[in-house]
Amino acid sequence: MIAHYGYRDASGEYFVSIDAALCTGCAECVAACPRQAMEMTTILVGLDDKSVAAVRESSRKELRHVCGACDHRGGTPCQAACGPKAVGVTWKPL
Amino acid sequence: MADREYWRWSEVRQVLPGRDWKGAKAVTAGIDVGSVGSKAVVMLDGAIGSWAIMRTGFNSPDSAQQVLGRALEGTGLAASDIHYVVGTGYGRVNVPMAKKTVTEISCHARGANHIWGKSVRTILDVGGQDIKAIRVDEAGNVVSFLMNDKCAAGTGRGMEVIADLLAVPIDELGELSLKVDQDPAPVNCTCVVFAKSEAVALLRKGWSKEKVLAAYCAAMAVRMHSLLSRVGVEREFAVTGGQSRNSGIVTRLERTLGFPRLPAADVAAGLDPMLAGAIGAALYAKAFHEKAAKG
Amino acid sequence: MTAIGVDAGASRLKLVLVRDGAVVARGSAPCGLDLAGAAAGLLADVLARAGIERGGVEKILATGAGADAVPYATGKVNPVRALARAGVHLVPGARTVFEIGAEEARAVRCDAKGQVTDFALNDKCAAGAGSFLEAMSRALETPLEELGPLSLRATKAVTMTAQCVIFAESEVVSLIHRSTPREEIARAAYEAMANRVQSMLLRLGTVPEVVCVGGVARDLGFLAALERRIGTKVTVPPDPEFAGALGAALCAGAP
Repeated sequence: MIAHYGYRDASGEYFVSIDAALCTGCAECVAACPRQAMEMTTILVGLDDKSVAAVRESSRKELRHVCGACDHRGGTPCQAACGPKAVGVTWKPL
Repeated sequence: MADREYWRWSEVRQVLPGRDWKGAKAVTAGIDVGSVGSKAVVMLDGAIGSWAIMRTGFNSPDSAQQVLGRALEGTGLAASDIHYVVGTGYGRVNVPMAKKTVTEISCHARGANHIWGKSVRTILDVGGQDIKAIRVDEAGNVVSFLMNDKCAAGTGRGMEVIADLLAVPIDELGELSLKVDQDPAPVNCTCVVFAKSEAVALLRKGWSKEKVLAAYCAAMAVRMHSLLSRVGVEREFAVTGGQSRNSGIVTRLERTLGFPRLPAADVAAGLDPMLAGAIGAALYAKAFHEKAAKG
Repeated sequence: MTAIGVDAGASRLKLVLVRDGAVVARGSAPCGLDLAGAAAGLLADVLARAGIERGGVEKILATGAGADAVPYATGKVNPVRALARAGVHLVPGARTVFEIGAEEARAVRCDAKGQVTDFALNDKCAAGAGSFLEAMSRALETPLEELGPLSLRATKAVTMTAQCVIFAESEVVSLIHRSTPREEIARAAYEAMANRVQSMLLRLGTVPEVVCVGGVARDLGFLAALERRIGTKVTVPPDPEFAGALGAALCAGAP
């Protein structure tokens, strides 16, 4: 399951996407984010609980302002921290 | 503003006829406490037995209790007779009688699968203040999803802005917008503030209400399509939520996609899309109950 | 050299006439529906008040969102450049300058000569600009000029969760229904806006002196909320809404 957190507004498109199938629950991205915008959450896979990364609820609607702190040209800290490559980042200001 | 919120549901309940309330092996319930409406569905061995909808009050536990009580009225059962309750809903929902809480996305997906069958793969839920796009598999598991509650564009609240501007009742707006020979170019499709400014300018240029509405609805349909594209659209496609009744948006979205959405299921049998979350929660309750019984 | 700078913003036109680096006259007008017409009228008005003929003006540079619609402009200036030039002219120690307009906000880092070294924008989203405060003023039924003083009476604030002007208006209505004191709602609105402006400044780093211009710079409620967040004093020069036009005029003299 891929969860897309973020939005597209008139100023551009900003999303952080987490692939729960690849996520191992290691929480390295949570530690790596300079704005503390990530957290661990529990989702259902079938009928079992799985701990996976997510964007903190208070950050989702201001993702532009949160992710704007990072340099998007080479790959962000959250992406670099994720071994299984479960974190995807869309940063498209107009 | 309160009396213009046409996405509010009226307070109703139903006990479906011909159900065997005493003989059911698994009596389960799903309670969905939304920001506007609370819903409860009681299932007997995975089939809907009764349901209720009411306005969400100031606190979640009371709303959950009341709506479950409503759903049980006339069934001969009490809350204590239910084998397993799953709670769901908006944000950090608190359903005290629930053994487990499942996210509203997962419940909505399972519920849509129950309502429309295993062919449904893409669900667009257009509410008063948010839009959700969900891809599901044939069992109703979520494959991909996104929720927009940052922007008003495409939400019921966003439609209210143009309804107020043109002094058109919001439930007539869709049909009015279709009374044009040809759709004009859409106004700004990412921001209601800009879309409204453009609509004002068009009105001043002498455009009719119908034409302005067409441009606005076209823009909102483009907006929804772009949200859907992120999760990917696969047939069959279903639309739920208050805005699903807005023909001005739905018709244009179908045109863009090149295929129609799934028709409404049998609402008389309790298969109302408004109940999708509570239905999904009740189904999860059955699955958890059976899993616990096995082992 | 006599030069004119015209700042065609989303809401208002501002015009400044500069001779040899000093402001001689200025004026402003609403953009209205006919921006070109309003610009022509504003030019005639300012020239008349200054007692200067059109022929006596060597350059007219336009800036702002509507710069292309100013019919008599001889050239254009990027609003970011204009901002830096004006900032340092008005406050010689300015090294971080930001402007909050009706629909856009922008910030620059600059050197002592007013040259841009870095910049950041909050554009195309009214939530981080003046339109947001206008919406709050409507929702709270308080004139815009009283909104700041109202917010300063609050000792605490709830957190607004809405990030869209449209949703923010609804959120204010429901806060009012829940009997939240109006001054706390006003303060919450300024906190929300200051949060968005702060994120723009964080991208640049705030190096003193930090200078704020644009129409919103006059708002004491906004300034208080922002200073609380960034922990640095913010300087506001006189007539801050004319900074863009001034900067454009100054760029005519020495680009």
